[in-house]
Amino acid sequence: MEPLSVTVTVNGQDHTADVEPRMHLGDFLRTVARKTGTHLGCEHGVCGACTVIVDGDAVRSCLMLAVQANGKSVTTIEGLASGTELHPVQQAFRDQHALQCGFCTPGMIVSLTAYLKKNPDADEAEIRKAISGNICRCTGYQGIVAAGLQAAKAMRTEG
Amino acid sequence: MGVRYFGAKVLRSEDPRLVTGHGRYVDDIDLPGLLHAAFVRSEHAHARLRGIDTEAAKAMPGVHAVMTADDLGAAYADKPMVPVYPSPLVKQQILPTALAKNEVNYVGQPVVLVVAASRSLAEDAATRVVVDYEPLPAIVDCRKALDAGAPRAHGDSPNNLVAELANAFGDIAAAFADAPHIFACEFRQHRGGCHAMECRGVIASDDPYNDGLTVYTSTQAPYLVRKGLSRWLEDDENRVRVVAPDVGGGFGPKAGIYVEELVIPLAARILGRPVKWIEDRREHFTATNQQGDQWWSLEVATESDGKIRGVRGRVMCDSGAFVPYGLLLPFTTRNLLPGPYAVPALDVKLDVVFTNTTCNSPVRGAGRPNSAYAMERMIETVARELKLDTVEVRRRNFIGADQFPYQPGHKLPNGAPVTYDSGDFHGCLDKVLDLADFAGFKERQAAARREGRYIGIGVSSCIEDTGLLPFEGATVRVQPSGRVMIQTGAASQGQGHGTACAQIVADELGVEIEDIVYQSADTGTFPHGVGTVGSRIAVTLGTAVHGAAVGVRKKALALASMLLQTPEEELELEGGVARVKSAPGTAVALKDMAHQLAPLTGTPLPKGFSPGLESTSYDGPTGLAYASGSNIAEVEVDIGTGEVKVLRYSVAHDCGRMINPLLVEGQIIGGVVHGIGNALFERMHYDDGGQPLSTNYGEYLLPLATEMPRIDVTHQETPSPANPLGVKGAGEGGTMPAANAIIAAIEDALEPWGIVINDYPAEPQRICELLDAAGAPSSG
Repeated sequence: MEPLSVTVTVNGQDHTADVEPRMHLGDFLRTVARKTGTHLGCEHGVCGACTVIVDGDAVRSCLMLAVQANGKSVTTIEGLASGTELHPVQQAFRDQHALQCGFCTPGMIVSLTAYLKKNPDADEAEIRKAISGNICRCTGYQGIVAAGLQAAKAMRTEG
Repeated sequence: MGVRYFGAKVLRSEDPRLVTGHGRYVDDIDLPGLLHAAFVRSEHAHARLRGIDTEAAKAMPGVHAVMTADDLGAAYADKPMVPVYPSPLVKQQILPTALAKNEVNYVGQPVVLVVAASRSLAEDAATRVVVDYEPLPAIVDCRKALDAGAPRAHGDSPNNLVAELANAFGDIAAAFADAPHIFACEFRQHRGGCHAMECRGVIASDDPYNDGLTVYTSTQAPYLVRKGLSRWLEDDENRVRVVAPDVGGGFGPKAGIYVEELVIPLAARILGRPVKWIEDRREHFTATNQQGDQWWSLEVATESDGKIRGVRGRVMCDSGAFVPYGLLLPFTTRNLLPGPYAVPALDVKLDVVFTNTTCNSPVRGAGRPNSAYAMERMIETVARELKLDTVEVRRRNFIGADQFPYQPGHKLPNGAPVTYDSGDFHGCLDKVLDLADFAGFKERQAAARREGRYIGIGVSSCIEDTGLLPFEGATVRVQPSGRVMIQTGAASQGQGHGTACAQIVADELGVEIEDIVYQSADTGTFPHGVGTVGSRIAVTLGTAVHGAAVGVRKKALALASMLLQTPEEELELEGGVARVKSAPGTAVALKDMAHQLAPLTGTPLPKGFSPGLESTSYDGPTGLAYASGSNIAEVEVDIGTGEVKVLRYSVAHDCGRMINPLLVEGQIIGGVVHGIGNALFERMHYDDGGQPLSTNYGEYLLPLATEMPRIDVTHQETPSPANPLGVKGAGEGGTMPAANAIIAAIEDALEPWGIVINDYPAEPQRICELLDAAGAPSSG
């Protein structure tokens, strides 16, 4: 099929390109917008490593086509921190040793960020459920759950 | 100087980059003129290649090359990969060629390489390659591999035997001859694949400005890749630079060399363009090595009190289609028998065989979880048959804390007697019993039973031989900026080596951890390295980094003594300076000494000093460091559905002195969850013809956050006398005992029906079958 022109706002910046209709959003982010923090772990929508926020919702960027994101606003892992100040979820991941190899980490952080924004009072069981669509092979999830709880508290305090 | 960092829960230096999306994994690397590769892989477990038609693929848009084995050139078409884990005990050293030429031996084996302007174009073209296969009979079940008339995994080999290993010591005949009791036990151990969240990937560039190849690859062992690739290419190592960038998990299978790591660099050289290949997840299921099955048949001879007199038996080890890892897996199984137990006599034979399945490699723990499970099954069997408490049977058979160094009786492949350096197995067991409130379990179980719930508890113990030889090395260098650089060959896949090494150096040199930079895993910047396998880095690299830091410390104190005209013993290193203890204002900065030791033209070096405020060390341990641990799992089994819920999990672990408890606990908890996955979920299915049936995460289940319990960890620190830091490895000790802890807990929960599970993974359908067979209520 002929390429189509799409414009996606990534972390506040517009990226316009002619892309094949079959290109998924993850590849667009990585190869067109050059935001390589979004990782592709399985490309069949199970591992969650490629999760990004599209207009406020956590989305698996391997299951969304770039053309479907035309005109939408995407936040990737690179868009969470304010300058050198880490987002509370990012800070909590470091504090709680919630990452080892770091490959699933962007998807985990983005998923939790989207979830906690809507559910700031989440308890441990809810946080486990919130990340049950993200696979981590290194940590055993315990540090990630602890980070979720720490971040929830911080985000509640921040209001 | 004081110890400020060693032993403290220091947050990782690696994290700020990784939590903000600024990691540098292999697929993040882009190079000018980069082309992209895809492979046509075998669709058959065993077939003869009759012909390959590449014409249609070559005509596809954006295609730069479609290469069969012959297109790699006469020098490489028939050349098998170089054995990087050689052993004289391998009877048939059958290794794959870079691309299959005459025969394919497992589904997923690379047959044709397609290089195009993008990955999607390469994949499009790959679908147009026509391969004419003549299917051949495949051997899939390793138990039948040595049967007369069994299909042969390789058409031109006489049989499927890779090697015969044994672990035998003591008088096994006498142990069984008049034994009060002899019990038998058979079980299958299935561990599946590694499933690092980052698949493999390779980028190669034959740089005309740098006279040689640069290869970025997602590996645990860049020096091994350099060796395997340069020998296969018959090129000098200086012309083959291998770099492991950030690696998204390894867990064993990334510690070998793969044919993709040969053919992508060669293609880059042939095409004169950089080439990238990124494995997709389906490829990972078939082309990344997995841990092959082991089928165990054991007998144990005991006294009436449960004391083990001897263990004998046979293990069939599935090696898959080739032997890229040599005998690493069966050896690590063999060497760890009989684990933490004082067994007077042992005779276990391991037959290693070829099958037409994906190649075999270690997965987290390698063969150690297997031998640990085998010994724990013996303990469970003895306790069950003699109606003894499993904890008491362990206590009666453990090697005593006063028996170290302890030699079970067998030898390592290098001829040295196996020697356990230190430990306190009884102490570790007591700690986990407390942590898990083991004493209170019977009451919890009775209360649950009154509610119609079936809960059970399982205990499991292990040892782990960590710090494998031969060495790692490190250079520690104070730069003129004052920042201290650690350079090493050891590749990290998320263990936090940079943080742990910085802790050691910061204490030794009296600098802050923020002032340390860490460079690793680039054969172009550090001459020698071995690889990150077998929980060896804390011991080997830790010792080398410590040696290098001590070297810098000595040099700094010697120069400061000269400059400050004060005896060395009156000086200390603190806050980035060498200063007089009694007059801290009298000081010279490390960075100024670094300047003086790296002078420009015409300025002399301080008399008697070599250039650079730096030191290189390959100091290593004098022997293996044996970590140990005991775990307890508490589970609930739904007898209607067979679902197992892990309620809580407790670990007492002993890895000697801990450099950073945060990192240790991360390793242990992650390892436990991997072991729980093995026990309950992970199964790589093949059909009878060798077709893989589980090639996505809907079909192959990994542990998820919702299925995992809280894991409590406590530590016992029995220092290793075999290295100056007293450390032992911690990377795999969580995984090793987990399977038995879970299986034993399920058996305990289902004790009313006398159900024995033995094989793992224990999936719900199997538990239901066992309940049905036992006539349990409401299980139909």
